[in-house]
Amino acid sequence: MKTVRSAPQPGKPRLTTSAMIASIAAEGQKTKPAPFGHALVALARSRSEVVGMTADLGKYTDLHIFAKEFPDRYYQMGMAEQLLFGAASGLAAEGFMPFATTYAVFASRRAYDFIHQTIAEEDRNVKIVCALPGLTSGYGPSHQAAEDLALFRAMPNMTVIDPCDAHEIEQLVPAIAAHQGPVYMRLLRGQVPVVLEEYDYKFELGKAKLIRDGKDVLIISSGIMTMRALEAVQALQDDRVDAAVLHVPTIKPLDTETILLDAGKPGRLVVVAENHTMIGGLGEAIAALLMRSGVHPPFRQIALPDEFLDAGALPTLHDRYGISTAEVARQIKQWL
Amino acid sequence: METSTKTLTNTPTLADRAYNIRRNALRMGEVQGQGYIAQALDISDVLAVAYFHAMRYRSEDPAWEERDRFLLSNGHYAIALYAALIEAGIVPEEELETYGSDESRLPMSGMASYTPGMEMSGGSLGLGLSIAVGMGLGLKRKKSEARVYTLFSDGELDEGSVWEAIQSAGHYGLDNLIGIVDVNNQQADGPSTQVMAFEPLVEKLQAFGWFVQRIDGNDLDAVIAAFDTAKSHPEPKPRMIVADTLMGKGVPFLEQREKNHFIRVEQHEWQLALAALEAGRQA
Repeated sequence: MKTVRSAPQPGKPRLTTSAMIASIAAEGQKTKPAPFGHALVALARSRSEVVGMTADLGKYTDLHIFAKEFPDRYYQMGMAEQLLFGAASGLAAEGFMPFATTYAVFASRRAYDFIHQTIAEEDRNVKIVCALPGLTSGYGPSHQAAEDLALFRAMPNMTVIDPCDAHEIEQLVPAIAAHQGPVYMRLLRGQVPVVLEEYDYKFELGKAKLIRDGKDVLIISSGIMTMRALEAVQALQDDRVDAAVLHVPTIKPLDTETILLDAGKPGRLVVVAENHTMIGGLGEAIAALLMRSGVHPPFRQIALPDEFLDAGALPTLHDRYGISTAEVARQIKQWL
Repeated sequence: METSTKTLTNTPTLADRAYNIRRNALRMGEVQGQGYIAQALDISDVLAVAYFHAMRYRSEDPAWEERDRFLLSNGHYAIALYAALIEAGIVPEEELETYGSDESRLPMSGMASYTPGMEMSGGSLGLGLSIAVGMGLGLKRKKSEARVYTLFSDGELDEGSVWEAIQSAGHYGLDNLIGIVDVNNQQADGPSTQVMAFEPLVEKLQAFGWFVQRIDGNDLDAVIAAFDTAKSHPEPKPRMIVADTLMGKGVPFLEQREKNHFIRVEQHEWQLALAALEAGRQA
C-alpha cells in the first residue's frame, strides 16, 4: 500500500538537485562533449545509409550534433516511442541504418513490444541508443532505467552494450555500425568523462578487457561502474588490497572465455559491479555462467536494489545505493 | 501487376481472383479445422484488387526492389494474404495443405521470416502503420516510385500507436502510403464500435491530414475505383481507404452466423462452405 513520505528535517544542509539530467563527471575530471554525436557525424560521412531518428529527445541524446550536420538525414518522430522504433524498422527494411535515440526507460519499458516484434524478431539493422541508463538521473523512477539491461538481454538477436566513457563511445559507434543486426547501446551524453584512454584501451564488440590486474579481488564491471572500480582501486590500495578490473562493455553476447579465465584464477574474491538492478543484469549473467561452468570463486554483487529508487541529487543516490566510489571500496573491504 | 497488360480472353477477371482467394482460404481453413476465415472472406475483394489491379510486383522475385510493399498489420488475417499470395504465384499452391502445421511456411499468424511476400511480422496488433511510415520515408529517401500498402483492422484503431503513425504520416505528407482499414465491426470482445467507439472515422483521419475514401469493401467496382483514386490523387497526403466489409462474405451461412471474432466452423461445414461459395459464383 502507498504511504507518503515524512517531511524532511528543517535546517539540515542538503544537495539541492533532483534534475532530470545530471552529469556523472566529477569536479575537475577530464571530459569530452557529446562523444556519441560527433562519432555519429564522422561515421555518417562515410556511410550514406546512416540516418538519425529521435522521439523529441534529440538535444538530450546528443543527436542534435548529427541533425545540424545532416538535416535531411534526421527524422524527428515526435514524442512517440512506439512509432520511433516501428519506423526505424521500416527504414532499416529499406536498407538504411537508423540510429534511434530516446531515454532508456522509454525504449525498454514503453516501446518493448515494438522493438521485440518489428526490430529484433526481424533482425533489422537498427541501433537503439539510449540516454539515462541505470541510475544516472535524480528525477525518480520515471527516468531511472534500472532494469534496461535485463529487458534487452532477454530479447533474442539483440546485442547489448554498456560503455564506460567518451573514449569508448567514440570507438563503439563505428564498431556497432560494422555489426549487422539490432543493437541496444546505453548512452552517456553531454560532458562525458574520459577514463580509459590512459589504459590504452580499445573497444572490441563482444570482448571483455582486463584494464588492470591484481591479486586480492577481481572487479568485473560495465558502464560507469568500471570508472568507479578504477577509482576504488586507489582507495583499496591504501588498505593494501590489490584489485583487478575486468571491463565488460558487451553485456550480450557475453565474453564467456575471458570472464571464465579471469574469474577462474584462484585466491580472488569476484565482485560484479553494475549500474543496474541486481536482477537480470551483468551480475546474474556472470553468476549463472560461473555456475554452469563449475567455476566457484567467492562471489558478490554491487548493484541497485530491487526497489523503486529515490529522487534526489545523484551523488547522494549513488552513495545510498552503493555504487559511488567510496561505497564500492567500502563494500569490497568488508567482504575481504 | 506487370502481367496485367495480357489481353488473352481467358485472363481471370478480378471477380475470378476474389473467388479463388476465398476458395484458397477455405481450403486452408479445412486443413487446420479453424482460422480467421470470416475475416479472410470479408477482405478477399480488397486483396484481389490490391494484387491483381493496383500493385506492382514480380511473382518470381518477391523481394524485387521496385515492388510495392504490402504490410499485413493484422497478422491474424494471414490466411487471407496466403490465399492471395498463392493466387499471385508467390507461394506455391501445394503449400496450402501445410497451413498452420509444423514446419509450414504458412503459420496461423503472419511473420516476415516465414513466408515469401510477407513484409512484416504481425500478431501483436497496431505495428503495421509505424513500419509503413519508416518504409515510406525510406522509399522517398531512395527516390523510389514504389508505394507502401498497409492493411489493418478497425479494432487496431484502439491502439494509441496507430494514431502516432497516422499523425506522423500526415506530418511527413507520405503520399506513397496507402492504408486500408477493414471495418467489419468485430473484434475480440464484440462489435468494434461498442468495444471502443471510433467513429466518425473519416473525419478523424481527414483531421490528421489524410486523403480518405470510404467504400463498400465488398463492391469490386468501388474497391477498384478507390485504389485508382488513392494512387492518382494529387495532394501530398497519405491515403486511407476505409472499407466497410461483411464478415463471411460469399458464404451465406457464414455471413448469417452469429457475429464473432473467431467464427466456429464444424469439420463437415468446410465442404459446404466451398459448395456455397461456388453456388454463389454461378448465380
